[in-house]
Amino acid sequence: MVSASQDGKLLVWDTFTGNKLVAVPLKSAWVMSVAFAPSANLVASGGLDNICTVYNIKAASPKTLRELDAHTGYLSCCRFLSDSEILTASGDTTCVLWDLETGKQKMVYTNHIGDCMSLALSPDMNMFISGACDSLAKLWDLREGTCKQTFSGHTSDINAISFFPSGNAIITGSDDCSCKMYDLRSDQEVTDYTDATLNAGVTSLALSNSGRLIFAGYDDFNCHIWDSLKGEKVGVLSGHDNRVSCTGVPADGMGVCTGSWDSFLKLWN
Amino acid sequence: MPVINVDDLTDKDKAVMEVNQLKIEIKLERWLTSKCCEEIKEYIQAGVDEDTLFKGISEEKNPFKEKGGCVIC
Repeated sequence: MVSASQDGKLLVWDTFTGNKLVAVPLKSAWVMSVAFAPSANLVASGGLDNICTVYNIKAASPKTLRELDAHTGYLSCCRFLSDSEILTASGDTTCVLWDLETGKQKMVYTNHIGDCMSLALSPDMNMFISGACDSLAKLWDLREGTCKQTFSGHTSDINAISFFPSGNAIITGSDDCSCKMYDLRSDQEVTDYTDATLNAGVTSLALSNSGRLIFAGYDDFNCHIWDSLKGEKVGVLSGHDNRVSCTGVPADGMGVCTGSWDSFLKLWN
Repeated sequence: MPVINVDDLTDKDKAVMEVNQLKIEIKLERWLTSKCCEEIKEYIQAGVDEDTLFKGISEEKNPFKEKGGCVIC
């Protein structure tokens, strides 16, 4: 697992033992996003420096491979497609696909009119989705560079977005305190995950492997668990002393990890 | 780098952008919501038995459990 903190460090962990495997000091401590390449050879981070820095962690000591510098706004999210391509989302309202061999932009995705806050790749890697402060989620064709569909319904910034494991639906989490599921093929919102007692914005979300459970991190210091089919809250992960800022489920679906402004990462199952 | 600078756009420019995008999106072939939701339901129900986070896992099989105690040699 990789994590980065505004204490200026990026850490790679062995989640079974809790040991730190690699530590990378960050040039800029104001980090907002971190990503692991599928090969596990590379990690990337970025934030208020507007730059996405890619590190090779398999070298004898972690080396900066590339500094991708062209965004004119903060880097809110980055995701690797492979060891040679990475997607970034920025506060300058654009998303960019970069070629890591040359360090240049391959494609710029423009259509949002608010800061892009997060992105997610489709399971088949042909599309991606982005959520922005204009309260819209957009589906993009990766290779053509065009916005194919727009999903509205949220009334505030969308902070978190994820594909449903089948690739046919997306889940979004917003500052309007709700999560929503949109179906891609019918182009509609199909479920709204709201609870009258929840008055905190959603900061992050992750799905269990079957898609049945949605783990959503909120500003109220908890990670609430939703049953995606029933549309009901089925549990809560309490234990953090500050806002839950990030949530993740590993590929084998064996656990869920929450990261918080209280400086802790907690693994639950 | 970015091809647009959102701060420079007037409300009219933003509205024009939105309308142009809607004109593209209107051509999309949409499926019936009822059919799509059925598929989502089936997908989840097919995968739910394998889903550790939903079904739970016994402590013996749990790869994250704390390993044995400390032994001082």
